[in-house]
Amino acid sequence: MKTMINLTVNGTKHEAAVEPNRTLVDFLRYDLELTGTKKGCDMGECGSCTVILNGKPVNSCLVLAVQANGSEIMTIEGLKTAEGLHPLQKAFVEKGAIQCGFCSPGMILAANNLLQKTPTPTEEEIRTALSGNLCRCTGYQKIIEAVMSVDKQDIP
Amino acid sequence: MTTYSTVNSRAPRLDAPDKATGSAVYIDDIRLPGMLFGAMLHSPLAHAKILNIDTRGAKRLSGVKSVVTYEDTGLIKYGVSPARYDELLFCDGKVRYVGDEVAAVAAVDLETAVEALSLINVEYEELPAVLTMEEALAEGAPLVHDEYQRNIGAEVHHEFGDVESALAQCDLVRTDTFRSKRQDAAFIEPQGCIADYDGRGYLTLRSSTQTPHYVQRTIAMVLGLPIGKVRVVKPYVGGGFGPKAAANAMEMAACLMSMKTGKPVKMGFTREEVFLHSRARHQFVHTLTTGVKKDGTIVALKNECYLEGGAYTSFGIATIYYAGSLLGGPYRLQNMKYDGYRVYTNKPACGAQRGHGGVIARAAWEQQLDRIAEEIGMDPVELRLKNMMEAGDVSCNELKMNSLGMRECIEAVRDGSGWKEKKGRLPKGKGIGMACGFFVSGAGFPIYRSDTYHATVSIHVSEDGGTVHVYTASAEIGQGSDTAFAMIAAETIGIPLDSVMISSGDTEFGIDLGAYSSRQTLMTGHATKEAAVDVRNQILAVMARELKVDISELDIKDGLIVFKHGGVDFSRLRARYIREHRGWQGIARGNDPLTFQEAARIAYLARGTIIGRGKYKPAELGGSHKGAAVGTSPAYGCSAQVVEVSVDMETGRITVEKMTDAHDCGFAINRTSVEGQMQGSLSMGLGEALYEEVKFDEKGRILNPNLGEYKIPTSLDMPNVNPIIVESHEPYGPFGAKEVGEGAIMPTIPAILNAVYDATGIRFQELPLTPERVFMALRAKKQKP
Repeated sequence: MKTMINLTVNGTKHEAAVEPNRTLVDFLRYDLELTGTKKGCDMGECGSCTVILNGKPVNSCLVLAVQANGSEIMTIEGLKTAEGLHPLQKAFVEKGAIQCGFCSPGMILAANNLLQKTPTPTEEEIRTALSGNLCRCTGYQKIIEAVMSVDKQDIP
Repeated sequence: MTTYSTVNSRAPRLDAPDKATGSAVYIDDIRLPGMLFGAMLHSPLAHAKILNIDTRGAKRLSGVKSVVTYEDTGLIKYGVSPARYDELLFCDGKVRYVGDEVAAVAAVDLETAVEALSLINVEYEELPAVLTMEEALAEGAPLVHDEYQRNIGAEVHHEFGDVESALAQCDLVRTDTFRSKRQDAAFIEPQGCIADYDGRGYLTLRSSTQTPHYVQRTIAMVLGLPIGKVRVVKPYVGGGFGPKAAANAMEMAACLMSMKTGKPVKMGFTREEVFLHSRARHQFVHTLTTGVKKDGTIVALKNECYLEGGAYTSFGIATIYYAGSLLGGPYRLQNMKYDGYRVYTNKPACGAQRGHGGVIARAAWEQQLDRIAEEIGMDPVELRLKNMMEAGDVSCNELKMNSLGMRECIEAVRDGSGWKEKKGRLPKGKGIGMACGFFVSGAGFPIYRSDTYHATVSIHVSEDGGTVHVYTASAEIGQGSDTAFAMIAAETIGIPLDSVMISSGDTEFGIDLGAYSSRQTLMTGHATKEAAVDVRNQILAVMARELKVDISELDIKDGLIVFKHGGVDFSRLRARYIREHRGWQGIARGNDPLTFQEAARIAYLARGTIIGRGKYKPAELGGSHKGAAVGTSPAYGCSAQVVEVSVDMETGRITVEKMTDAHDCGFAINRTSVEGQMQGSLSMGLGEALYEEVKFDEKGRILNPNLGEYKIPTSLDMPNVNPIIVESHEPYGPFGAKEVGEGAIMPTIPAILNAVYDATGIRFQELPLTPERVFMALRAKKQKP
């Protein structure tokens, strides 16, 4: 039995019929074709499916699509601005914070959420905020450097 | 000193903007019209006879399009090394580990495919299993493969020099046994693939692989197709680190079911299946006997190694050789004996993982050298400086060092870490340790015996002359190879990086053995450079003819044609170019310098599409003994590292505080990427040293097949690294470049071990250093009078 849900993703309203066991990550990736949200473990452990749900970062593999009914979601596709890359995306590119790139969407969204709340975080705060997002390639250092380098004035 | 426009810079990676915005396409992001979804049935038992497989229930389920078992395949064995092809696409007579592939289903959606798996009825007769090396080697133990007695699937025996008589002349001889645990590579993207067999009999496989070329060959062999009718395409890959470097059963099952249904078939591993497929780091047990003179000269090494391999060989033949041969460097060692045994068990097969075969050997030996340094009263840094090899040296197992910045690496970490001020002066619970590393820069030989090129590259120039397009079958898996090759092409031709487009990872683009053994930058870099030189020469030859100047008068720099002595009238060419492109933007006019773009268009008008071609294979490499093919490389990278730790003396918890790492990559094509490889390698090494172990229950089932319980370092575990790039200018590398992707992991585990000893006074001979293991050791030490 499918259930109707209404939700806003990156500012666009969607109405959809979903199975009750459809996870939010699968709904975003396979129903809305927003494949920037990655799926690495499907168990809430790697953080690559991180999206912002009503202002909070969540593992979208641990949220059912029906639970997101009525909510507002931002995925990585919602971060790029009309002027081009978001300053945080630009910093990730320039600082070499991206290797395989599979953790990057989730990592960038988690970092952006931190900067929204804490515009000038310490290294410790950044490391804590990103500790739910696993990266096997970079050793995290260039990711931390990228987040540190963002000028809060530039954040839209 | 040569100055460069593009290489040796910190150019941002070409793929980074798409990866930052989520628009980069990975395998699971692809959907083809009419696509079916596949799922694999795995054995629930570690060792069992298959009595019967009944697929009727699955076939009857609505939505199921294909159900395949061994009856649908030929019984063609495959694997990695032709010497040990020991795998079948689907098990026929028996299953050999929990996870072995028994059947596969393709259906209209994944839910139906998974439901169909539950309707396949397999009758098993359980057999006694061997789950540890001790069990497997025991007299009368059950055999995983009937033809390998005592479950020894492969063994290697080498001796260089005369170890026994050399040991007899030593002032100090130490023997230590060191034991590691089975690892998982824990890349963040699970493997996936889409097979698409078309109406003409051509098969295209898109797969998250490190080695499109080997996958193409294996698929063609197993499914009985001509190589030319199998195309393997690699989209962006979310990390590999080794286990994605060979064809897997899922890829072949998807191909088989696509051939049967005529529809594209998509399959993907769950995270648990990543662990079941494994092919990651073996468990190693090394017993090392090292003899030295009083003055610290290392004289002899006896290395006995047992590797727990799991049910199949995979990369294991190479692994077993590497576990011996890589200790041939970076120290001058005249006598070395190696006895290696790879043992089959009823567990998932192990294979290659970053630092293939050498990581645990290195950890064991570098810790032993630290013990030896202490016993003879020598600083560990001095011991290494005394013994290290230099450029021009040849190891006892015939590895030739054409470049080797070992001294620079050791001195850089000594001075960069404050070693002299800290060693022996830190308070209890704090420690500092150092170690060195050594690795190949590309396997000198392909996995199958052949005179094949290791890489071929072509570069096409666009008809307007504005863009060059590099085509390579190499595998960008996150390490940054695409960017490196584009930089090499830009530098060599003499044009800006943003004029270079690159397409890679497709077997239609040439031959490339892929991303393993740290070979891409050196080997494909060479081929790229050769192709770029060809482009440049073709264009300059046309210019010389058109302008009636000698070709040696001409150069290309920063996208402009340079006339070394000036005074050349090119107005006729410019007028011609403008006629060709009336109304276009950004065209040089008047007295502007002649551009590469104009020259390339004129060359096109003279010769047709300008295509430069390049190829690479290593020159004749040394080594005449059996197995010399593993370990020989056109070049060798080396490294040194200093690690500082603090150990909680009450709980046993270790925190790595600081890491100083120096790596000789020959020449950094991209400095940021080189640092990224160093930092990433150190992070993997830290995880292996402190946390990582794949655990099994008594039935051979994995207890922690997930990233919650198989713990890899998080941003809170990994400290900042001071990465120091050493450039020894390898004569056989493109622009002098050699490896960094794997060698950088080598010193990490032993440097941590040596630092933990400095902090606690305890030598750990078993990994990982979990709080529990450290706590028990601290308690045992306290209780000892």
